[in-house]
Amino acid sequence: MKGYKRLHNTFFILLIMVSASVSAAGGAKLMHMEVDLSDQTSLQRGAKTFVNYCLSCHSAAYMRYNRMGKDLGISEDILKTNFMFGTDKVGDTMKIAMSSSDADQFFGVAPPDLSVIARSRGADWLYSYFKTFYVDESRPFGVNNLAFKDVGMPNVLWELQGKQRLIEKEHDGGAHHAPTYEDLELISEGSQGAEEFDQTVRDLVNFMVYLGEPIKLQREKIGFWVLLYLIVLMVVTYLLKKEYWRDVH
Amino acid sequence: MADIEQKVVKGLTGLRDWVDNRFPLTKSWNEHLAKYYAPKNFNFWYFFGSLALLVLVIQILTGIWLTMNFNPSAEGAFASVEYIMRDVSWGWFIRYMHSTGASAFFVVIFLHMFRTLLYGSYKKPRELLWLSGMAIYLVIMGEAFFGYLLPWGQMSYWGAQVIISLFGALPVIGPDLAEWIRGDFVVSGVTLNRFFSLHVIAFPLLILGLVGFHILALHEVGSNNPDGVEIKKNKNAEGIPLDGIPFHPYYTVKDIFGVAVFLFFFFAVVFFAPEMGGYFLEHANFTPADPFTTPTHIAPVWYFTPFYAILRAIPDKLGGVIAMGLAVNIFLLLPWLDRSPVKSIRYRGMNYRIALTAFVISFFVLGWLGMQGVTPLYTWMARFFSVIYFSFFLLMPFYTAMDNDKAVPDRVTD
Repeated sequence: MKGYKRLHNTFFILLIMVSASVSAAGGAKLMHMEVDLSDQTSLQRGAKTFVNYCLSCHSAAYMRYNRMGKDLGISEDILKTNFMFGTDKVGDTMKIAMSSSDADQFFGVAPPDLSVIARSRGADWLYSYFKTFYVDESRPFGVNNLAFKDVGMPNVLWELQGKQRLIEKEHDGGAHHAPTYEDLELISEGSQGAEEFDQTVRDLVNFMVYLGEPIKLQREKIGFWVLLYLIVLMVVTYLLKKEYWRDVH
Repeated sequence: MADIEQKVVKGLTGLRDWVDNRFPLTKSWNEHLAKYYAPKNFNFWYFFGSLALLVLVIQILTGIWLTMNFNPSAEGAFASVEYIMRDVSWGWFIRYMHSTGASAFFVVIFLHMFRTLLYGSYKKPRELLWLSGMAIYLVIMGEAFFGYLLPWGQMSYWGAQVIISLFGALPVIGPDLAEWIRGDFVVSGVTLNRFFSLHVIAFPLLILGLVGFHILALHEVGSNNPDGVEIKKNKNAEGIPLDGIPFHPYYTVKDIFGVAVFLFFFFAVVFFAPEMGGYFLEHANFTPADPFTTPTHIAPVWYFTPFYAILRAIPDKLGGVIAMGLAVNIFLLLPWLDRSPVKSIRYRGMNYRIALTAFVISFFVLGWLGMQGVTPLYTWMARFFSVIYFSFFLLMPFYTAMDNDKAVPDRVTD
């Protein structure tokens, strides 16, 4: 009977959760980024960043290397030498060597698969997330994040970006003020300047949007012809209807 | 040449006659198409019946091909959907047609039902036509609910959890009933498997049977029209309604044009906005189902939100469930709640016009509220518009009986 009661209560708990609904990210206001999937070199650079910095802990288990190579104009040789570190079969998916139970032990929570992360989080969230890591000694990895509060992941891009800290501002009236991107300050230089790093992140997010839905590169192009055909069909069927209906009064 | 032509025609006629002697082929063709007389004054609102049939066909065909590649298990469902999206040839296209088709079904059916409210098509002698249509609507709601669990994303999982737990609110049998539906103590792979079965075979069979009933009932009583005039009252010497035209070819060619226009919008969504900003495919559903993490915001898909808003407007759980069930089912009573002698809104008085307008507004506002988080203001708005929603039905016997209806013409007007 206890089980029943718990289930019974699920409903109410859920209602409360809906009522307490906060913005999905639960953090600061997101920065906006224009996604541009037509920029193939950007996608290639993003893919490079992705396999170098993300793919050691995170998998993208629904994505095949050769599909990526074909879509992004990367030859199989370059794919093998520059993009594939865990396998040499181009038909393989982007899996990782770390088992999820090990990952659980290392990080407290297994790093999620990133195949469709851009579709659940959105490009703006990813862009904000990559750019708003800041030093916070109270966290296990010494960093926190404005888009993902108390994140359980280190800032893997720190050597490119450098380190940031959060400036504690004084507020009038003591009103709670959610920190924003403007409150972050670079305290040590990375190997990339601010603009260069911004481009690296844009490339990475571009790639991850592609990763979330590879067909996105083609579907709008196909759709254009489909709609064009349907416009012709509309005209023809309208004329046909008009012709038949001439004798109806 | 003419000789060969003659022989071919003779052969084909012979074949037709052979079949006709054994099966009502020509008879059915005439009864339901070539000699089925429909009012000549159908307008825009009359496209949605045939479009609903088209969407049903789209759903069945795309569903067959999805089923070939889908894995109905808790371990494999999410991955197999991505497999369809990436590795199956044109799988993404089939999947987007199916997901867009689900929403399109409700768009088309809501408009089809609204037409009925506009022109009083549920009124005598079309009560069974209306009831069978309502049955289709209810079964399709179930079908959509079962189908939504299958991608096994977070919204699939928690949406199902919420809706099934509603059954737990029923007195005495509630908890057992909820467990019986799930087949488990929580939503699990067992639930997924049975929902798959119900989604791909049980409910589609029900829908097909009910659609057959619906069309037979329609062709027995004949279509209503924007004037709400019975065209069968005025027939010529051969017994053909003066204001009727054969469904085929007149309405077949007209409906084909409607199909082309519909497909334009349908494929605009499929190719350019398959997620429809998170309304057709919810963002949270791209995270695999996780029984241990409740999403911060659970909202049903847009077509259930008016009823969800009514559920939340009632402070008592059981009361909310009853109100929601009533909100969906109260349409069944329309033929008996409406006391006006007039069918079409063209000849109805102000009472009905105001009531219908208020109802439509409340439906949209409730739909919007059902997507929002709860605030005290929204709760009171939901209560206010729930009262309007139900008043449309419950006060109908009074305001339709007292309405200053106009005289209805003998024949259709355009």
